[in-house]
Amino acid sequence: MKYYYDLHIHSCLSPCGDDDSTPDSIAGMGELNGLDIMALTDHNTAKNCPAFFRAAKRHGIIPLGGMELTTSEDIHVVCLFDKLENAMEFDRYIGGRRILIKNRADIFGNQLICDDTDNITGSEEHLLTNATSVSLDEAPELVKSFGGVCFPAHIDRQSNGVIAVLGVFPESPVFTCAEVNNPDNAGKYAVQCGGAGKRLLANSDAHYLWNIKERGSFLELDCERGEAAGQLIKYLRGEI
Amino acid sequence: MTVENLTEHGFEPLALPEPDREITGVYIGDLLSWVMGRARSGDAWITIMSNINIAAVASLADVACVILAEGVELSGDVTKAALSKGINILSFEASAFDAAVLLSGLL
Repeated sequence: MKYYYDLHIHSCLSPCGDDDSTPDSIAGMGELNGLDIMALTDHNTAKNCPAFFRAAKRHGIIPLGGMELTTSEDIHVVCLFDKLENAMEFDRYIGGRRILIKNRADIFGNQLICDDTDNITGSEEHLLTNATSVSLDEAPELVKSFGGVCFPAHIDRQSNGVIAVLGVFPESPVFTCAEVNNPDNAGKYAVQCGGAGKRLLANSDAHYLWNIKERGSFLELDCERGEAAGQLIKYLRGEI
Repeated sequence: MTVENLTEHGFEPLALPEPDREITGVYIGDLLSWVMGRARSGDAWITIMSNINIAAVASLADVACVILAEGVELSGDVTKAALSKGINILSFEASAFDAAVLLSGLL
């Protein structure tokens, strides 16, 4: 069965994310666009994922939770979990490995925590986008130990892309998949990051509702909708 | 001056497989895709990046040595890779600026 996806989306909790990108609006936009699976991945936090999971179910979207982790080398890595509780446990762990600098909302933007009906319930005091103390080397095993999977984000971009930071796609640690921002770059980057064995995803990295993907990129998963999130994690790990 | 001479000026050797390499210039940068295209052969390359890819980039750019500023620590894997590729790596406690100022006086 084909599952149309967008696995890298920011909400109003990311300082660079639009304040209108609430968890409910993101799920609603995905429904309008005809998506099946969506992941909410704010910078170094999963605190809007509980609201996103509730909203997604209302909108008929299969939700994944997680975050876009900034490694100690300033490389962006998307971390995904099919179970909300695993995403939140990872969130608590990463909370202890962030470098705490007070957010300046006038410079970086608001960091808003919401419920699933667009009410603002809180805000994050410290800047979310800066590097954590988690190195790229330790990321894959670490995320796996919490029940998830991770992959380098937007490897076709200069800012915070793994190839821009490290010069070439690293041989170690082993990533079973990677993300391109522009789907047209998939062929070129499949070669650069280790050939055909690598599964390349084309996600939006949406910071505004209108950036969220249309019904375009899909994955073939041999399962019913109820099992798709778990199967997707296995697929991204290269286990199926 | 040679890479080995640096150890007399507060630079701590982490891997010195080719201590006699002559230093002819300095490059500072942490984004390896930039360093690959811009560092020159014989440069002392100052960075805070400690990922294993620094050994590959240093080899490609043929720099005289890598200087890790701010006392950044290196994993054993990187030291091993540096020794096997003939890459000199030294550590420096103070900032990249301080390292560059010191080198400017020595070269």
